[in-house]
Amino acid sequence: MSGAVEQVRAGEREARVRPDAAPLLEAVGITKIFGALKANDGIDLAIRPGEIHALLGENGAGKSTLVKILYGALQPTAGEIRWNGEPVRIASPAAARRLGIGMVFQHFSLFDALTVAENIALAVPPRESRAALAAEIETVSAEYGLPLNPRSIVADLSVGERQRVEIVRCLLQKPRLIIMDEPTSVLTPQEANDLFSTLDVLVAGGVSVLYISHRLEEVKQICHHATILRHGKVVGECDPQKETAARLASLMVGADIRALSGEHRSLPDAPVRLAVTDLSLPPPHPFAVALDHVGLELRAGEILGIAGVAGNGQDELFGAISGERRSERSDAVTIDGRPCGTRGITARRRLGAAFVPEERLGHGAVPRMRLSENVVLTRHATDGTLRRSGVIDRLSSRGIVDRVTKLFDVRKGTPDPEATALSGGNLQKFVVGREIDRKPGILVVCQPTWGVDAGAAAVIRQALIDLARSGSAILVISQDLDEILELSDRIAVISKGRLSEPRPTAELTREEIGLMMGGVGEGGHAH
Amino acid sequence: MRIELVRRAEHSRLMVWASPLLAVAITLVIAVGIFAAMGADPLEALYIFFVEPLTAGWSLQELVVKAIPITLIAIGLSLCYMSNTWNIGAEGQFTAGAILGSLFPIVFPGWTGPLVLPAMLLFGILGGMLYAAIPALLKIRFGANEILTSLMLVYVAQLLLDWIVRGPWRNPDGYGFPESRVFDASAQMPLLVDGGRMHIGLVFVFVAVLVVWFTMGRTLTGFQIRVLGQAPRAGAFAGFSQNRMVLFTFLVSGGLAGLAGIMEVAGPIGQLRPSISPGYGFTAIIVAFLGRLHPVGILIAGFVLALTYLGGEAAQVALGMSDKVMRVFQGLLLFLVLACDTLIYYRVRLVRPVADPLGGAVHGRG
Repeated sequence: MSGAVEQVRAGEREARVRPDAAPLLEAVGITKIFGALKANDGIDLAIRPGEIHALLGENGAGKSTLVKILYGALQPTAGEIRWNGEPVRIASPAAARRLGIGMVFQHFSLFDALTVAENIALAVPPRESRAALAAEIETVSAEYGLPLNPRSIVADLSVGERQRVEIVRCLLQKPRLIIMDEPTSVLTPQEANDLFSTLDVLVAGGVSVLYISHRLEEVKQICHHATILRHGKVVGECDPQKETAARLASLMVGADIRALSGEHRSLPDAPVRLAVTDLSLPPPHPFAVALDHVGLELRAGEILGIAGVAGNGQDELFGAISGERRSERSDAVTIDGRPCGTRGITARRRLGAAFVPEERLGHGAVPRMRLSENVVLTRHATDGTLRRSGVIDRLSSRGIVDRVTKLFDVRKGTPDPEATALSGGNLQKFVVGREIDRKPGILVVCQPTWGVDAGAAAVIRQALIDLARSGSAILVISQDLDEILELSDRIAVISKGRLSEPRPTAELTREEIGLMMGGVGEGGHAH
Repeated sequence: MRIELVRRAEHSRLMVWASPLLAVAITLVIAVGIFAAMGADPLEALYIFFVEPLTAGWSLQELVVKAIPITLIAIGLSLCYMSNTWNIGAEGQFTAGAILGSLFPIVFPGWTGPLVLPAMLLFGILGGMLYAAIPALLKIRFGANEILTSLMLVYVAQLLLDWIVRGPWRNPDGYGFPESRVFDASAQMPLLVDGGRMHIGLVFVFVAVLVVWFTMGRTLTGFQIRVLGQAPRAGAFAGFSQNRMVLFTFLVSGGLAGLAGIMEVAGPIGQLRPSISPGYGFTAIIVAFLGRLHPVGILIAGFVLALTYLGGEAAQVALGMSDKVMRVFQGLLLFLVLACDTLIYYRVRLVRPVADPLGGAVHGRG
């Protein structure tokens, strides 16, 4: 069957035709109520055999709830699920698997210290022997174009390979329907293409796929049919190949998303505001990445994007620039010409830098503290009004919360809730807004729109562009290549702790960046 | 039927206050069972244990005398626990403070006057701080677990006290008894009521309550403590140093424990003895948690635990019960407070098994 894989990979994808058959799985009037919230409101969904069916929607649209119901992890308040036309009750994930429904989760559940075969053995019914299972794994992985060595230790595998383990584990149960939750969010473009080839083989064999994704371009590319959710209701069904990405996005958010204003600029003469010079740091813990002679110059008015696959040193680079981890050399990091490599994060903030980490809860904000207290978290040293001789001025911190709320349209139930009570998108708007409100000279932001809905993402990206236009320098570290391409004036790629030479966005193609993300082509460089 | 804990969106403000009350109530219910099992009339025993000590003037004074050290220590410990630092060795810092503070009345008995007591209190605080600095520095420098080091240092301090009152500091006119000389009147805590035992240490307790209340609620220092305790990574992001906080909270809690120690020997005891505390430093851990790590809560909880000491003594006299019963109640109380605290962030839900059309009965998953 590997021939089939090659064939699919070689040829351009042709237009897809939705199979004309009775639905394999049908959800009729699914409603799920949590307290006062109607997470799903009379949802109808029909998945035909052999189709890739996209489930689109913003965060909080009800996708996860619906998927959990289909996979038996939640019970609907009302409505019916039909399997091959027969009403069924899916009482548990085990029951879903017995029916023939498998799921590949966004976050993997694998034991790092065990081999591929051992991880799979834990999840599937016992086989005759380990060798029999290993042989079965090899057959399935060859059949579907998922190269995998059953004897590899999971810790040594790349993210893409780990996902293959999850998919093979799912396939060994001979599913008729596979649910995939944001499968490409952690993959390089090349790895994503390999995944799409596997999906092609699967649907050619009559398996159905329910495909959940934010990425409209790939939905257009691979899906036969799309169901779009908003506020727990189905707001549309369409053939995604016939719609533009903008049209799909506006269906999802219920309004036309305003296009970002601002084009890529080249600023060779602007003063350097942030410089990182020959920065090397050993890994802080055994699972971290060492920074290897990293260097970059960030000029006033520019946005520099750092692309890369998760776990290639982004966290470590962020920590080294923010000062959460100090360097040995003072000139490893300079802010507006002042060396501060050996100084901590507070000193760097006082020099005009601001930081937004990837993790909102627990890193960028204290979950069980109020927003007004979370304002103090990053601004206690730079805002004189926030404290008088060691006593926190609550009025002043509430004032900042109000300003950020207004500017970034942060939606919250009470004037000053705990951070954990905000939805992901609103908390992200708050965390980014808290720093932009300072009008920092330098902003280093990691994953600015991770898990944020399209509307909030547009607000945040526009705010970053506006800040750069006002003369600040912005460093965006992101795994979302679309975001990097949209925002950045120049782009560098981080791979295994090495940073490539930044190049103007206009000169780069998506494929070039993808290869660099995979560690191919232009490697790291030293100054 | 299955019991499930479901996470609350925001923590329950009601349960913050109801949880310790619930814990006390359950402790009392279990107490009834224990009394009955020991062959006593449960109601009479409850009365003797928890009510009778509140009915006489002298025993109310005694309640205050016992509440002073427990509360003072617990307030210091609450800062540690809020910052996620685990000082379990307050009993040792209490002892160290008592020893160093006793330096003046024992080694320089000729020095009397109004300055003696302030000097003793200062040295008491200093002794507790120095002793608490040991586990703090071991943690910062070598990553040694402060729970173990601070706890083990308790026994070192107790043995030091035992040796010093039998050896160098033994009362030369004491007929060989293992006790120091009795402190001069100017080296003793002034009494609040003539003829009683209640001393001005109570004032220190109120001062500590107010200072910590203000610090935790309004100042950047209190904010640092809470941030580092709840989210260490966010604390580092804010530029707060975990190591500095470990040292700071150990010094404060050690200082307050040392102050409690010197006030105990300069107050109700009046001299150094081989044993100067019925476990105040450990009981204070219970008080800190029963009081929600909040200074006012701790003040209330301090009196509740002081009552168990008095009740234990009363039950010993009136019912012939072992004083270990009091220890059992204290342990139960801590256990139940921690258990009930779960309800602040979680609510309890009963789940009935649902029938699975394809297999046997399984439980619904959430």
